[in-house]
Amino acid sequence: MYKIGIDVGGTNTDAIILDEHNHLIHSVKSPTSLDIKTGIEMSLRSLLQGADIDKSQITHAMLGTTQCTNAIVERKKLARVGVIRLGYPATASVLPYTAWPKDMVEQLSGQYALVHGGYEYDGQILSALDGGEIKTLLEEWRDQVESIAIVGVFSSIKNDQELNVREMIKEAYGEEFPISCSSLIGSVGLIERENATILNAALCKVIHTTATGFVQALEVEGIVDAQVYLCQNDGTLMSIDYAKQFPILTIACGPTNSIRGASYLSQIQNTMVLDVGGTTSDIGVLQDGFPRESSIAVEVGGIRTNFRMPDIISVGLGGGSIVRATDGQITVGPDSVGYKISEEALVFGGSTMTTTDIAVRLGLADIGDCHLVAHIDEAFAKAVQEKISLMLEQAIDKMKTSSEDVQLVLVGGGGIIVPESIRGVANIVKSENGGVANAIGASIAQISGQYEQIYIYAKESREASLKDAQEKAVKQAILAGALANTIELVEVEETPLAYHPENATRLKVKVVGKMS
Amino acid sequence: MRYLDKEAIEHIAIGAAFLGTGGGGDPYIGKLMALSAIEKNGPVKLYSVDEITDDDFFIPAAMMGAPSVLIEKFPRGDEFVKVFQKLAQYLGKEKIAGTYPMEAGGVNSMIPIVVAAQLGLPLIDCDGMGRAFPELQMVTFHLAGISATPMAISDEKGNMGIFETLDNKWTERLARTATVEMGASSLVSLYPTTGAQIKQSGVHHIITLSEKIGEIIASKEQEVKEKIQALLTLVSGYELFQGKIVDVIRETKGGFNLGKMNLEGIDEHKGDQMNVHFQNENLVAEKNEQVVAMTPDLICLVDYETLLPVTTESLKYGKRVRVMGLPAHEKWRTAKGIETAGPKYFGYDYDYVPIEEMVKKEVAKHV
Repeated sequence: MYKIGIDVGGTNTDAIILDEHNHLIHSVKSPTSLDIKTGIEMSLRSLLQGADIDKSQITHAMLGTTQCTNAIVERKKLARVGVIRLGYPATASVLPYTAWPKDMVEQLSGQYALVHGGYEYDGQILSALDGGEIKTLLEEWRDQVESIAIVGVFSSIKNDQELNVREMIKEAYGEEFPISCSSLIGSVGLIERENATILNAALCKVIHTTATGFVQALEVEGIVDAQVYLCQNDGTLMSIDYAKQFPILTIACGPTNSIRGASYLSQIQNTMVLDVGGTTSDIGVLQDGFPRESSIAVEVGGIRTNFRMPDIISVGLGGGSIVRATDGQITVGPDSVGYKISEEALVFGGSTMTTTDIAVRLGLADIGDCHLVAHIDEAFAKAVQEKISLMLEQAIDKMKTSSEDVQLVLVGGGGIIVPESIRGVANIVKSENGGVANAIGASIAQISGQYEQIYIYAKESREASLKDAQEKAVKQAILAGALANTIELVEVEETPLAYHPENATRLKVKVVGKMS
Repeated sequence: MRYLDKEAIEHIAIGAAFLGTGGGGDPYIGKLMALSAIEKNGPVKLYSVDEITDDDFFIPAAMMGAPSVLIEKFPRGDEFVKVFQKLAQYLGKEKIAGTYPMEAGGVNSMIPIVVAAQLGLPLIDCDGMGRAFPELQMVTFHLAGISATPMAISDEKGNMGIFETLDNKWTERLARTATVEMGASSLVSLYPTTGAQIKQSGVHHIITLSEKIGEIIASKEQEVKEKIQALLTLVSGYELFQGKIVDVIRETKGGFNLGKMNLEGIDEHKGDQMNVHFQNENLVAEKNEQVVAMTPDLICLVDYETLLPVTTESLKYGKRVRVMGLPAHEKWRTAKGIETAGPKYFGYDYDYVPIEEMVKKEVAKHV
């Protein structure tokens, strides 16, 4: 049996085949096309031509894609969203779409309603749902909206109102109508969760095209029996049906796949990963093989959200970063010669000093013509390297959780500029095949389920709360396509809430299982 | 008199987070409320304290409760109108001449802007703290012997109450209980004051100060060094430390976030270390185990590069910060001020010494 992994990036589409032992059989790189289906087809075709395998033995196909991110950033192919906020009379002082970029609101049609509903922090009713109010609203919106986002005050504590409204919408608009419930998407923080839910609702058309395009491309290439998955940004997979409900979870799956692929290639589960490109470097942290999540509000396309995102930082340092010395002060980047490195760097006969030139001068790499950089003063080159080391040290430090030295897995084409040792790093591991780390990351992914809620330990014991959260996470995992008997608990996070009199704690649980 | 527009509000929100000294709640949701209210009702008039009449009557406005609830369930917006009317009626006042923040630090800097916009009232450039503090009696009006009550409390559902209490400690107790029942957040209007009382007992020009702080921090034209200089000059403050957070110890006790962070010196302070103790707000800073700043003086943490204020909720290992110390308003530096909000009140065994004296001593040591 074989697995296919495809990563559609902004510039390149990578495709790989792994065997049942996850050994790399073949990989190809091709430029990303405008039409996703054609691009995947082309990539698949050249992949299958290069690898001599029996197509019927392909059991799984995974796709990692930036389609959803691009749709938001470029404001294209977005659905007209109706936002139903359950919370009246509370929350009227800040209505949906406040602080959104105007062009985005226009794209989504800007329809919203604040209706009766919502809960208090302790699960008591803030105000009861009014079925008539919602029915009237749905009649008014008929044919005006293509997708609906439901957001209830404190729905992260109790979400039955959101689910009730979902049923009413299905009754009015049919089973297939795309509906996004905020309790299944974001965490506490109404505005950020509402924003994430609206974005999720807006992506229903893009995800449909992408998922269908992928399945059709596979069929065209004769792959009909494989299980098909999309990559999430936490390093796990979701079934096509699940992806259609939660398209927003594909955002930032690229860097995630890349650092997970790196970890797989180096066979290290707990590590920091440094991915050095031409202009920037990404740093992420893997815990038991999964990327650590960001704990702060994240902006997507200029919109503040709080859905799950990998904790990754970017530094303006890469293989093409420009090196300058002004008044004895050395600066490196953030500007870069980028893809023009093969014309502009000194080692290639150009006239711009880059980090790559420094690496060659110091004998760390053998690229271009080393005689062209022989004139660089060795002390200067060492000072530049010290500067690079300091930039990396500081960035790595920001990602650390304690002062202990960490292990660092290094991938990416710009990796040669990284010094042999960095303060705060115990050892640096370089991985082979780093170029297709994304696609490898896509194809080794597992399936997860996650659940988050505020529990009041004074009312429900810690053990009972943990059990409840875990059961709900397992349900999510099975819904996403995990094998029930392989599911295990991988993460528990407890945050006590300030000012709460009854020991209220936000509990977050994550489970992971194998693909069914 | 001048008008506060959107840009002014953006700046005030940054300045308020700075004066929040780590606590007071993230002004983000408050800022959205203020921006929405202005969008709907037009800009708000800001009066300087010298422009108000002694006999006129003013009611401050604030939110009470958990910031973590406020980010999920925020007000309806028009409840303030009813509360103000009710309180004026109760006090037998026909006219309310304006409103102002009780707490200029954190999210409560924004609430009076919403009220002013909703009611078409002027906002007065003063507050009762000059910073953020966790309890109702920790205001300069209390220090001047002004009663917090009669006060009004209300929620978004329409519940409303008026308290008259024996003293300001009772106000804190009763209002806290009512707030929990109202869903852990409420709107309060307390310390109703005359123009004369504001002139005598308020912290003046604090909104303008917030705005200027925000302007400097948000400025894209200046270099970091220039910004720091401008900021310190503006607030008569000191840069106490440049460091990296290496440890944060927290616990939640009696509704407060208690904790201590340990900073390792960087750049100019390489080799030194600092501890900052906090209870929602930063309260005591010790450099190399010697106390260098303490409450009621302000201890503000800002991001090392962007200078954006750092709240206690967002502290984590590896964050690079600058620690700034600012003298508290002179009203806090009286015997009663120190008794109400000095280090001993919060359980730290230090006798209050003004920050400038400690800095002087520190400088003398190195000469």
